Amino acid sequence: MAAAGDEYDPTPSEHELEAHLQTRNMVVNLGPSHPATHGTVRLRIELDGETIVKMDTEIGFLHRGFQKSCESVTWTQVLPYTDRLDYVAALQNNFGYLSAVETLMGIDIPERAKYIRVIGAELHRIASHLTTAGALALELGGFSAFLYAMEARELITDRVTELTGARLTTSYGRIGGLNRDLPDGWKEKVMKSIVKIEEVAAEMDTLLSRNRIFTDRTKGTGVITADDALDFGFTGPALRACGVSYDVRKAQPYWAYDKLDFTVPTGNNGDNFDRYYMRMLEIPESLKMIKQCFAQMPEGPVMIDDWRIALPPKENVYNSIEGVIAHFKLVMEGVPVPDGEVYHCTESPNGELGWYLRSDGSGRPYKCHVRAPGYQILSGLGRLCEGRMLADLVPTFDTINMIGGEVEQ
Amino acid sequence: MSTFALDQIQAQLPQALVERYKDRTGETWGVIAREHIVEVVKLLKVKLGFRLFISMDAVDRLHLPPEEQDPRFEVLYFLKNIERNEHARLKVRVNEDQDIPSINKVFQGADWGERFVWDFYGVVFAGGNKRRILMYEEFVGHPLRKDYPLRGRQNLIPERPIQDIFRGPGTNGVQD
Repeated sequence: MAAAGDEYDPTPSEHELEAHLQTRNMVVNLGPSHPATHGTVRLRIELDGETIVKMDTEIGFLHRGFQKSCESVTWTQVLPYTDRLDYVAALQNNFGYLSAVETLMGIDIPERAKYIRVIGAELHRIASHLTTAGALALELGGFSAFLYAMEARELITDRVTELTGARLTTSYGRIGGLNRDLPDGWKEKVMKSIVKIEEVAAEMDTLLSRNRIFTDRTKGTGVITADDALDFGFTGPALRACGVSYDVRKAQPYWAYDKLDFTVPTGNNGDNFDRYYMRMLEIPESLKMIKQCFAQMPEGPVMIDDWRIALPPKENVYNSIEGVIAHFKLVMEGVPVPDGEVYHCTESPNGELGWYLRSDGSGRPYKCHVRAPGYQILSGLGRLCEGRMLADLVPTFDTINMIGGEVEQ
Repeated sequence: MSTFALDQIQAQLPQALVERYKDRTGETWGVIAREHIVEVVKLLKVKLGFRLFISMDAVDRLHLPPEEQDPRFEVLYFLKNIERNEHARLKVRVNEDQDIPSINKVFQGADWGERFVWDFYGVVFAGGNKRRILMYEEFVGHPLRKDYPLRGRQNLIPERPIQDIFRGPGTNGVQD
């Protein structure tokens, strides 16, 4: 028998090992201002050890009253507000909104404008996908892949700057077409950039897609079934990663997409890796489309010839009474959008970007609802994370690519 | 311009369909009776394959011509059938004092849609989640109603103590 004063035996007894530990779930707050929540979203996470038991997503920190503002300005003046929705791919929002208004008015835009819209939209789709993949790599510790992504994105930003005059807030395009044609020599510059972007995207693919550390962190995490994804309203790469092939560009071709040859990649696991990989596969497709557009693009006007919709040329404004009146009416009263309503959608990098527009014929939108793809995807973030590890939250949050601007309007 | 969804609703739940019409682009819209919306959405999802939830919103008809003002709100539901490549465009018309049965048991994605409509229009969903989504909880009123002023300002609210982890940063609910 051991005497008092013997040294302490640290091995726990059987009884101690079996004893029920008195633990409580811990509540952890993430955001709204946190490096891993790019965008301002607050997650209240209830943890049992390292497992997420319950997660509550709180949004609204970036709410700027998009709809209310739209209702107080003319149809054309809404355009700068749309830049600030998905600010990583502003042209997508610009053109999506303009398409919806044109559908509501029942007008068709010139062929050349359609091709330029595809080029702009696809450039920004690549930029958005690169940002998503780069940020994902960064947060999983791969800083070099992020730098490659930014290098390629910078090329796109430069080309977009030359085209629109702004790096991020493009406000390009007008109801009825585009406000200006391509700048001189722009096509050659884009073709040169495309070669570089292709190279860099391939480099990123090599760095990440078969990287053991990266695949361990992304494969099998943040899984969602196709049924749940549809239920929550996932669209775009997040839905296609689950094996549902739905892309607005194929389903209801708009602009020039029916004349282009491209494929839409579909995954099958619905996990983080598939959501990331869908984006990597879409980049070469978008580059292919841009090349086809340049090859097929006809010459001609980029704006419809109707002074009730398009601003008259400056020489007419200064030298003719018709020009002055058309200019005055357009600036003061706005484009005459007839009484009616429409739901129109285009494919933005994150999925279906839908617009429900209602006009009462007054020259200002009566209602301007935007169906942001990220809003529905973010509503399913809890489902993606509950019952999984806390560490997987970060890649999951990255691959759904939540953009504060569009989600919080 | 497929009319499959509304044809089926008309055939299977004729009492639910109040009105159907075409907009100028030729797309069909259906106005559904308030009490039947859950049945209709279930029918669309389970039997007719409209499994993708698109979005929800509402329109305040206060400033429309008088004959269109009653009922005041129009709640919009958009669903999608991927196989048939068709959107279903549904509406439910309600007045301020009426509520709509919640469809968040049918579509989980509708939860945020209903919270949005509650937050911005004040339309109540019976059995739904009555929490604001974009505005802060101390906010008074519903900003997208047409009678809410564009430059409406509300009093500043003292900041919530940081220790309050369950409610997080923001205001502490005390109005001055």
